Formats: sequence, structure tokens, C-alpha cells
Amino acid sequence: MGMGLLFDATRCVGCGACSSACKEQNKLPGPVEEVLTAYTWTTVQPREGLNVRRMCMHCEVPTCASVCPVAALVKTPDGPVVYDAQRCMGCRYCMMACPFEIPKYQWDRPVPIVGKCILCSSRIKEGKPTACAEACAYEATVFGKKEDLIWEARTRLRQKPGEYVNHIYGLTEAGGTSVMAISSVPFDKLGLKTKLPGEPPAMRTWQVLSNIPDFVAVWGVLLYGVHWITARREDVAHAEAKDNGRENQS
Amino acid sequence: MTDTATLASRRFRPGFWTIVAGILFLAFLTVTVIRFTKGLGAVTNLSDKFPWGIWIGFDLLCGVGLAAGAFTLTAVVHLFNLKKFEPIVRPTILTGFLGYSFVIVALLLDLGQPWRIWHAIIYWNPHSVMFEVAWCVMLYTTVLAVEFAPVVLERFGFNAPARFIHRLITPLVILGVMLSTLHQSSLGTLYLIVPSKLHPLWYSPMLPVQFYISAIGAGIGMVVLESYLSKRAFHRHLEMDLLEPLARGMVVALGIYGLMRLQAIQRNHAFGSILEFGYEGRMFLLEFTLGVILPVALMSFRRLRSDPNWLVAGAFMAVLGFVMNRLNVSITGMEAASGTRYMPSAMEIIVSVGLVATGMAVFAFAVRNFSIFPGGPIGAGPDPKPGA
Repeated sequence: MGMGLLFDATRCVGCGACSSACKEQNKLPGPVEEVLTAYTWTTVQPREGLNVRRMCMHCEVPTCASVCPVAALVKTPDGPVVYDAQRCMGCRYCMMACPFEIPKYQWDRPVPIVGKCILCSSRIKEGKPTACAEACAYEATVFGKKEDLIWEARTRLRQKPGEYVNHIYGLTEAGGTSVMAISSVPFDKLGLKTKLPGEPPAMRTWQVLSNIPDFVAVWGVLLYGVHWITARREDVAHAEAKDNGRENQS
Repeated sequence: MTDTATLASRRFRPGFWTIVAGILFLAFLTVTVIRFTKGLGAVTNLSDKFPWGIWIGFDLLCGVGLAAGAFTLTAVVHLFNLKKFEPIVRPTILTGFLGYSFVIVALLLDLGQPWRIWHAIIYWNPHSVMFEVAWCVMLYTTVLAVEFAPVVLERFGFNAPARFIHRLITPLVILGVMLSTLHQSSLGTLYLIVPSKLHPLWYSPMLPVQFYISAIGAGIGMVVLESYLSKRAFHRHLEMDLLEPLARGMVVALGIYGLMRLQAIQRNHAFGSILEFGYEGRMFLLEFTLGVILPVALMSFRRLRSDPNWLVAGAFMAVLGFVMNRLNVSITGMEAASGTRYMPSAMEIIVSVGLVATGMAVFAFAVRNFSIFPGGPIGAGPDPKPGA
């Protein structure tokens, strides 16, 4: 199941240490922006008296990875959805497809690439938590094994039922994600997408794409069959015309 | 008159439309320079909220869709053996090839790093619709080039290779029809991944089939339109005996497509959003009336189909409605979910218009200098090689 993050909106004070740590870790230029951009991979937004973190959710079956024509976006077994800028040709289908609207583009550069949180995949490989989780002094963002995080979230919801909406955001959204959130305010009011299908969107296109080999075989035979019949009909017509001609002569 | 004299004498007498095309082409080059020095943000109104604009919605979706006449007519002539349509196959293949070239040039501007366009050949992701699209563009452009090659080869006297290609025409046409079927439908499949973003008036699990069938209808409309345009430009007669039955095919394709659309809207319970008459509802009504209801209703009457003016009007509405549909799927239907409005910038429009103008200029050049329409090159005097 890999590693993940649990964000608890009731604990976040909005200090922005996570965003700054992210900038430093990933060497992103410029100040932290209010919305996600190619240069701000995580940001904290005030909503409904709470503070909510925006970042890549690291889906279990990532839509971005399924749509990328050159497999520049890949889900690693550790949990992160990583991006290989050397492969990317810049079609921006990941941006179109992402149900959470996370990948952003360098619109200001002549040679642009996509920017999004990669869950500090190199730190995770070294056994370290993500930079944002390490920077959080209030344990609003905690890093850990996904199953442990689900356990922790369920415990908090059970122990303080009045203080939380009884839902772990990310457990089923778009087929489940490695980053999860709990909150005292309904998630749509925090600006998170809530009308997402429980089935990964990637399944919808795969149902079509997986049929292509069969389709090519059947369609090819059918088209050749049509040609064979019409060509044969023409041959027969020619031959008959010839025969009739002979009969008339004899 | 020799070949060189024909070309040379023409080069120094550009017509009004050639000059317009030339100016647009220069504007296009200017935008290209800005694009590759200042970035996509400097020339387009695209943003993180709205990453695909008219270069995808018009140039790609319509460029490919309106090239559908090529596979439709090659199938009719070479597979269904309806040889009487042969005289209009060549202009259709040329349109297809130019349409696909148009798409590739537009992609070179729209892609962030177009010099990596070949990456799809070595880095595979068969789960990606865009991967399928990339392969279809590459392969079908090649097929169209080979299908058109005999015209160029014969012109310069290379008859042996032209005969060789002619012998391969059946497998070539079958390959072309298969690739087109995959490609036309895959452009619809592209939008299957955004069920939570595309407006219910346009989203449907049947998008791939809808895109395929509507492309056949509009592709036939394009065949009629280009026959009409070249009639006007080169004072040819309109092949009404061929175009009238084609229009019948267009009615069938658009009719099936229209019913599929209505069924999809009913399944999405989206008829209400038409009655609300909001932004999406109005755009849908315009698209559907222009692209389906009017052409199907008018072209169902033999008397109207057989009248050149009505026929051209019907085909024009079908093509216009088709373009509106692709823009609605890619732009109108995506705006509400994106939380922003997108209007193409002047420079985006210049690129699209400049490419269309360049395509039309190349078409006109080809018609003058090669045997595109029956009877050899138009306006080039007596053909030196009547057998070509």
C-alpha cells in the first residue's frame, strides 16, 4: 500500500511551514503562492475558519499516469506519483484529466515542464518523511504507512465524533489516494472536489483501449471480406459478359 | 509548354487570395517566434485552469475530423467497389493529407516541447488515449502520403513506383480505414476521462462512437464543399451525379449520430439544461440545429439535394455544426468545471486561420499543377503527358 500523508484540518494553524519546506526541498523559485502553480507544489488556504492544504493526492490508480502518452508520470510502489521531466513532451493531457486539478504548467518558459508534488520520493527512499510533514510543528500533516494513517484517522473520528465530519477524504475518492484528509467542515466547503466517482477514471478509457487488438482483427477481416465480395462480383460479371459474347459468336 | 515554364510563370503572378494567404503565413511565423522565445503564456490565453484551447479544439479535433472524407471515399471506391466515385477520390485524399499536416503543425506549436514528439515511439503507455492518438497521427499521415504519392510520381514521370503503389491499394486502403476508425473515435475517447468536468450535454460513454459517426457525416460535407470551392475557383462544373448520392450518405450518418446524441442526453438527464436556456443549453441548441436537424431535414428531400445551391448549403451547415460540436466538447462543455472562461487570444486565432489559409493555398497550387481533378492540372494548358 505504500506511504502516505494524513492531513487534519482541525489541527492546522496555517503557518505555511509546509509550503516553505516544500519550496526549499524541491528548489522551487519565487515566494509561496495562494494557489498551486508549477512553482508552488503545496499551499495552505483559509476556508470556513479552518486552514486546508492543497497538494497532489497521489492516487492509487492515478488518472495523470494513465493518460500520459510517454509514461512520464508513474505511481511508485512507495506511494508517490513521480514525474520524469526528460520524457514529457508537454501535451498537458495530465492537467486536463486530473480529477483534483493538480498538475500545473510553466506557461512563462519557452521550454516548459509540468510541476506537481512528488511526495518527496527521494526522501521516502532514504526512509525519511516528506519535507512538509517534517516541518509541521502541530502534527496537522503526518507521514506514515497508509494503513497506519487510515487507522489513526479512524481513531480520531471515533474518539471525537462531534469534532469531525464522519468521512476520510481520499479513502474512496477517484479510487482512493495516498494523501488523505479529515476535517470538522464538509470537504466541499473546503474547496475539495467531492463529486468524484469511486472508480478510478482511468478504467473508463481502459475499457475502450483494451478492446483495440480485437477491434483491429475483426475490422480488418470484415473490410477485406467486403472487398473480396465486391471484387469477386466484378470478376464474375466480367466472366459472364465474356461467356455471353462467345455464345453469341458461336 | 514545359513544366518549369508553368511553375515559373505562375510564381510571379500571385492572385489576391495568394497574397492574403501569404500575409497570414507571415503572421503565423511571427507568432511561432514569440511562442518559442517567450513561452505559451505570452501568445495564448491558456492557463493552469484551462490548459487546452482552440489549437486542440479546432486545429486538432476539426483538422482530423474534416479529413474523414478521405477514408470514407477510399472505402466506398476501393472496398465497396463503387467505381463511379473515383473522380473525386484524389481531392479527398489531398484534403485528408493537408488536414493531417495542419494538425501536426498546430501540435508543434501547442506541445510544450515539440522536439520530443517522437518520444511516443520509444516510451510506450498503452493505457493512454493520447498514445493511441499519437500513433494514429503518425501512421495515418504516412498512409495518406503513400496514397497521394502516385499523383506526384506520375507528374514527374516516375510511372514504375506509381504502378507499384497502385497494386498495393487494397491493403493500403484497409489500413487507412482501420487507422481512421481508431483515430476518429480516439479523439472522443480522450474526453471519457473527464466525467466530472465535461458538461452532461456532451459527456457520454459513447463519445468514441459519436465522434466517429459525426466525422463521417462532416467528412462527406467537406467533400461537397471542396468540390464547390474548386468549382468557383477554377470554373469547373459540380459533379452533381456523384455529390447527390453522397449527401444521402451524409443524411444517414448525421441521422444516426443525432439519435445517439439525444439518447446520451436523456441518459444523463440533461434535457433540463437545454430548457434552462443557459450558456451551455444555447450553445448546444445552436450546434445541434445547425449540425444535425437542418442538414438532415433539408437533405432528406431529393429536390433539395439535387439543387447545387441547397446541396452546398446543407453541406456547409453540417461542417459548421461539426466544428461547433468539437469546440463545445473541448471548450464550452469544460468551462463550468474549470471555474473560468476561455476566449482564444488574437495570436491563437492567427495561427489557426493562418494554417487554414496555408492549407487552402497549397490545395490550389496542387490543383493547378497536378492531376487532382479529372482532366489533369487546371489552367496549366495542354498536359504534356496525357497518360499521367
